[in-house]
Amino acid sequence: MADLDDSSQPREKSARDSYVLHAVEERDIRLIRLWFTDVLGKLKSVAISPAELETALEEGMHFDGSAIDGFSRIQESDVLARPDAATFELLPWADGGSTARMFCNIFRPDGTPFEGDPRHVLRRNLDRAADAGYAFFVAPEMEFFYFADGDTSHAPIPLDAGSYFDLTTSDVASDLRRETISVLEAMGIPVEYSFHEDSPSQHEIDLRYTEALSMADQIMTFRLVVRELALERGHFASFMPKPLAGVQGSGMHLHLSLFDRTAEANAFHANNAEYSLSETGRRFTAGLLHHAREITAVTNQLVNSYKRLVVGYEAPVWVSWAQNNRSALVRVPVTRPDKTSSTRIEFRSPDPSCNPYLAFSVILAAGLRGIEEGYELPDETDANLFEVDADQARRLGVPPLPSSLAEALDEMERSELVHEALGDHIFEWFLRNKRSEWRDYKAHVSQWELDRYLPTW
Amino acid sequence: MIVNERFLVFGEPLPVDLVRFLDMGPYEWAPAKNTMDYDPDAGWTAAVVVVGSESSAAWTFCRDLRRRDVPLSPLLVIIPGDQLGELDERADLFDDFMISPFHPTELDARLKHLLWREGRGVRPELIEYGPLRLNTETYQAQIDGRPLDLTYMEYELLRFLAATPGRVFSREILLNQVWGYEYYGGARTVDVHVRRLRAKLGQEHAHLIQTIRSVGYKLGQARWN
Repeated sequence: MADLDDSSQPREKSARDSYVLHAVEERDIRLIRLWFTDVLGKLKSVAISPAELETALEEGMHFDGSAIDGFSRIQESDVLARPDAATFELLPWADGGSTARMFCNIFRPDGTPFEGDPRHVLRRNLDRAADAGYAFFVAPEMEFFYFADGDTSHAPIPLDAGSYFDLTTSDVASDLRRETISVLEAMGIPVEYSFHEDSPSQHEIDLRYTEALSMADQIMTFRLVVRELALERGHFASFMPKPLAGVQGSGMHLHLSLFDRTAEANAFHANNAEYSLSETGRRFTAGLLHHAREITAVTNQLVNSYKRLVVGYEAPVWVSWAQNNRSALVRVPVTRPDKTSSTRIEFRSPDPSCNPYLAFSVILAAGLRGIEEGYELPDETDANLFEVDADQARRLGVPPLPSSLAEALDEMERSELVHEALGDHIFEWFLRNKRSEWRDYKAHVSQWELDRYLPTW
Repeated sequence: MIVNERFLVFGEPLPVDLVRFLDMGPYEWAPAKNTMDYDPDAGWTAAVVVVGSESSAAWTFCRDLRRRDVPLSPLLVIIPGDQLGELDERADLFDDFMISPFHPTELDARLKHLLWREGRGVRPELIEYGPLRLNTETYQAQIDGRPLDLTYMEYELLRFLAATPGRVFSREILLNQVWGYEYYGGARTVDVHVRRLRAKLGQEHAHLIQTIRSVGYKLGQARWN
């Protein structure tokens, strides 16, 4: 989608604009939601009527960005949202199918791209990859829970007590999952697999790989579809990384690959290499491992994220890689030798609460740095790291991932790589906002503390 | 766009904006001042008659066209609003009418519809293959009569493939011909869009687009082979 309107100037009506205008009239669309994403990864929407559509396409929509998290500073609060007509899509479940959406790119009033727009940040990073000759492809494994409701005054109530791959008898949740998948497919979001995950009422839907900008858009859409369909059925879906103590949390494993832009070859594949992983693939992986601690604040952005990244729940804790070791941070999945497009790496730390635009940006930057600087991939770690303690890890030469949001922010703040990938605006705002989240958490006295300390002390 | 239409246009005088409209349009046309003023065998396919305040010549012209062995049709009359009464009793002399001064857009639409009604004129272009139907003018897409909601690029890819059923296109050709510009996804983009199209076509029709291993994609079969 590099053809996207890179300027905020009014322009001639393009073929894709008239495609959108026709579709709105023919499908009797009453409302067009213009979507964008704030710095924290929350979906924002401005609804317009068909009558306003043509102007919105040609001139964009002005709005006051100061109300959006991480957008404008007060003195420069006006921004312009320009809908990306290529992303026009009906929302089949909403308002009897009479609503459509488009993603927007955000500009400053002077016409330059707004650096607080996460979609712009990802495009900037993808442009860098394109300059180096690569297209970045991502396939996420989306994990989430279905709960009875979203009431936080009691512990979340799972909809079923099923487990990994279970064909549960209480199939409320499985029906919901099936229905969700058919809506996703109707929206052009192809699903590869779906199943009941390990924890009660935990589900996984794996999306088919696509180019990173579209995938980030798809993840934003996915989270909304899953949540809205659950609400319609009177349930509640959550992408919170660790909603239930004592069982596995929800991750968002990312399968990553680079393709040569001109030849359609998978740059991660080499026929005779170990695990079919090319030198480019090895260096990208080395970059990801080398900078893993710095980018974790972005890929795991909540205080709660770090309660998933603990020993004992199949989440990565140590910075390591291996071919087929699910305790590693980066895994190289086994693929059929004749299917060269499948060679990829799986990055297992991110969780589904992250901002996908920013997460993909820092992951790509880390991998590209590995390629540019020719990082050497360390030896793979065969040991089952789920059973390793800190001393053993030190002997194996695998550093730990940050163990808290505070530690991750310290790593991020020192990272020139993350600073460059995110740009000044988002880098500074993110650190400020997340430090304040951590301060709030630090000052909180939890039930665990009361249970543990009050009787004794 | 090939248009084999020759319009005979009567007007005493011919309004300037009508002349301008006809000159800019896709049709051939010639003016006729009176019933003797044209060659009846010159292959006329339609007539536009402007009725002015001195209306008798115009109506005579209409009657003359209708009396031929093969009456000239369609015949569109343009008439001032205060003379609408003249249409009474003359319903057999015209196929449609408009009030002058006329709006060019209305004239264009009426002419198109008159020609379509007779199975002629510039029809909206339809691409049909089995259960698939694409209207390239309105961008509508249907499968089994059910509307398909596609993004612009999905539509363009489907249109391109459906225009020549059975022909195999490489990813590179599709990328050049359909996208025609730089794209983040590079050549993989095509695979991604095909997968999305198949998802939207639904299981029953997903096979319409076939993968030809290590070559590319095709839609359906050629009509003769």
